[in-house]
Amino acid sequence: MATQHSRSAARAMMAPAVVLLLGWMLIPLGMTLYFSFKKYLPLRGGDLGWVGFENYERFVSSSAFWPSVQATLIIVGGVLAITVTLGILFALLLDQPMWGQGVVRILVIAPFFVMPTVSALVWKNMFMDPNNGLFAHLWRFFGADPVVWLTEAPLFSIVLIVSWQWLPFATLILLTAIQSLDGEQLEAAEMDGAPTIKRFWYIILPHLSRAITIVILIQTIFLLSIFAEIFVTTGGAFGTKTLTYLIYQRVLESQNVGLGSAGGVYAIILANIVAIFLMRIVGKNLDA
Amino acid sequence: MGRIVLEQVSKSFGDTEVIPPLDLAIEDGEFAVFVGPSGCGKSTLLRLIAGLEDTSGGRILIDGEDATAVPPAKRGLAMVFQSYALYPHMTVRKNIAFPMRMAGIDRAEQDRRIEKAAAALNLTDYLHRRPGQLSGGQRQRVAIGRAIVREPAAFLFDEPLSNLDAALRVGMRLEISELHKRLDTTMIYVTHDQVEAMTMADKIVVLRAGVIEQVGSPLELYKTPRNTFVAGFIGSPKMNLIEGPEAQRHGAHTIGIRPEHIAVSAEGGPWSGVVGVSEHLGSDTFFHIHDTGLGDMITVRADGEVGFRHGDRVSLTPRMDVLHKFDANGLRIA
Amino acid sequence: MARAVTTRRKTINTALAWAIGLLIFFPILWTILTSFKTEGQAIADPPIFFFFDWTLENYAIVQERSNYMRFLWNSVIIAIGSTLLGVAIAIPAAWSMAFVPSKRTKDILLWMLSTKMLPAVGVLYPIYLIFIELGLLDSRAGLVIVLMLINLPIIVWMLYTYFKEIPGEILEAARMDGASLRSEILYVLTPMAIPGIASTVLLNVILAWNEAFWTLNLTAVNAAPLTAFIASYSSPEGLFYAKLSAASTMAIAPILILGWFSQKQLVRGLTFGAVK
Repeated sequence: MATQHSRSAARAMMAPAVVLLLGWMLIPLGMTLYFSFKKYLPLRGGDLGWVGFENYERFVSSSAFWPSVQATLIIVGGVLAITVTLGILFALLLDQPMWGQGVVRILVIAPFFVMPTVSALVWKNMFMDPNNGLFAHLWRFFGADPVVWLTEAPLFSIVLIVSWQWLPFATLILLTAIQSLDGEQLEAAEMDGAPTIKRFWYIILPHLSRAITIVILIQTIFLLSIFAEIFVTTGGAFGTKTLTYLIYQRVLESQNVGLGSAGGVYAIILANIVAIFLMRIVGKNLDA
Repeated sequence: MGRIVLEQVSKSFGDTEVIPPLDLAIEDGEFAVFVGPSGCGKSTLLRLIAGLEDTSGGRILIDGEDATAVPPAKRGLAMVFQSYALYPHMTVRKNIAFPMRMAGIDRAEQDRRIEKAAAALNLTDYLHRRPGQLSGGQRQRVAIGRAIVREPAAFLFDEPLSNLDAALRVGMRLEISELHKRLDTTMIYVTHDQVEAMTMADKIVVLRAGVIEQVGSPLELYKTPRNTFVAGFIGSPKMNLIEGPEAQRHGAHTIGIRPEHIAVSAEGGPWSGVVGVSEHLGSDTFFHIHDTGLGDMITVRADGEVGFRHGDRVSLTPRMDVLHKFDANGLRIA
Repeated sequence: MARAVTTRRKTINTALAWAIGLLIFFPILWTILTSFKTEGQAIADPPIFFFFDWTLENYAIVQERSNYMRFLWNSVIIAIGSTLLGVAIAIPAAWSMAFVPSKRTKDILLWMLSTKMLPAVGVLYPIYLIFIELGLLDSRAGLVIVLMLINLPIIVWMLYTYFKEIPGEILEAARMDGASLRSEILYVLTPMAIPGIASTVLLNVILAWNEAFWTLNLTAVNAAPLTAFIASYSSPEGLFYAKLSAASTMAIAPILILGWFSQKQLVRGLTFGAVK
């Protein structure tokens, strides 16, 4: 259903969204690229001229770089492992017949709606505080010495907090996917004599593979840029400085814009590698 | 007024030409039916007239004025869609009022026309309901009501009855025919059902693969199909088309004979065969005769009382005066 | 596939699911409970669950001390403003893509999606600079614009998937009925898509409400929303758990309620229609 009229109207009506997003993408991106090739210190002399790829080299050769990559990988990998595994288990459980399913669903989904600064602060103080936190109470109850979570196990603590926030997302999406599984397929497998474990392994898991991939990709993109959780809990101390946080510090705290911009370009490239896989999957779905 | 003329109108989607250039004139007040198998381009042709698709070439004239580039809203045509396309969030009254609201007709006049249309279409009691609360037939009436109140130059119907069950379809067919008699406005009606075409049309346009195969009154098409396609498409059950020696005996590549023009008897006719399936409709019986030596199975219409059984050997006598003859290209000879 | 499930099995499922559900919900529940305690009870060891002296004092103190209403108001304006602005821009775009698709529609949709993937930190300084240049730093207008832009792809996508479910014939009928494009969208498409638009608005208000990168980095005092208000509690003095809990409860309560209404749309919105 398209006439010349409606096609030109369509172009005109798409224009604002396209132009805005194009500007939103290209202008800052262009500026970041521009700064990344400059020695640019706003508080210490401003624009000090072109430096070629020096910022890129300095960013990766700085002593903070590899630890930040490591922290990023541990956080992203840890959260993914926890949320996907538990997400599958919870989704399977929630799909079972039970009383009060709707209420349980609501309980499980709730953490996703808690703003990141709130969850970080609540966990940091009310659970992980070595003096008054609930964990400290619990440890003492069993006669153990309270753990100073954010200094003794900082990465683990952050993984815990972020997993709590993202577990509902994984569970909800995997539950939706499980519910779209054709019940007859499972019944057929049962008639064929497949035991529960095999039914899970050969039918449910393959059916979920696409949803799992999507959960992994979307979470990766969001997890690569977690900020508030670190900002509020450790401020990047104790080895919790992720790539994102390192760039943030370079730009806003030490005001080395050139160096930070080079880091930003690395982050953009990294995110795009993940995004390409995600877009492939989403794009395939568009044709259907 | 509503005289619609197509001059060398064509339509392509990308590289595929769905309608090669064609000419067609629909006179004011005429009930024209576009009929053909699915994918023949009849709906596309209707949408070109409506303005919902651009033509790839040629001109469309409505009452002598070039409407080719005029948007659908300004062509003064009303359309009834296959899915009825009622606005689900509006009551029946608001649905019917919508085109008048768009045209800026004043409220009093709107109400007058709505009452009139509702009375004519038996919708008066349903004006406050929403489409979701109506039956298929009522929705169809609302769609027609919405078309009527605009007082359009012509009505366009796109397979309007195909979503209704069989009994309702016959009733609606009559209603639309009566509406046409009463309003005396041009109507263009698209269907794949040749029975609808035969019963409703002043003029039938038979289409195949975007090409007009024949234009004419129902009886013209029935009596003198221009080619084997029209011959096979118009009439139910289908005309028997016979090729081979029997056809050559009549000086043709293909001969056609309608089921109702063959007499069936126990013996004595020039053709013979074995009864296969019999369809008893009460008034008529259709026999499917095999092993006639004429190629395909032959369908024969007989009186409802005739009682041959499966496997009986019967004799067939075609009426030579209504024998249709076609050449090797499928075109009618003489 | 109705099948009788043994009561025993159902009981086990129920117990297990409720235990897990409550465990996951516990931090929120604990925060809400603590907000009604006195500071002394808030850190009591062993912890007190229900039998404490319920008090609203913390809420009063938080209100009084921190000008809570201003932060709340900023959050409301930024979340709702950016969403409505986004929807206004996205409706025409989604109409185009859903009803006048072209060969490039898919590419445009995917490209829009890709802008959502842009890591914020990569463009932090340019945006910062542009904001200073335009005088948008620490202004609500600035945040409305930025949050609108980062959520626009999701809004367009969600509306697109909802519009796709509306039969094109109805819009064609409107066109035949003499409706202009504007009337077609205003009187036919939009009212029909109200449920979809409402879900889109809901999800995006939630996302904007909880956004905690730009809201922390582009505000100082005037435009700071609740995310920044809560972050200001990260280095407090003295006893403060009960007050922190009261502030947190106020920051999450409205959105928690909205969120529970939009669980279904959440999946659709966040997976770009790839999981249904």
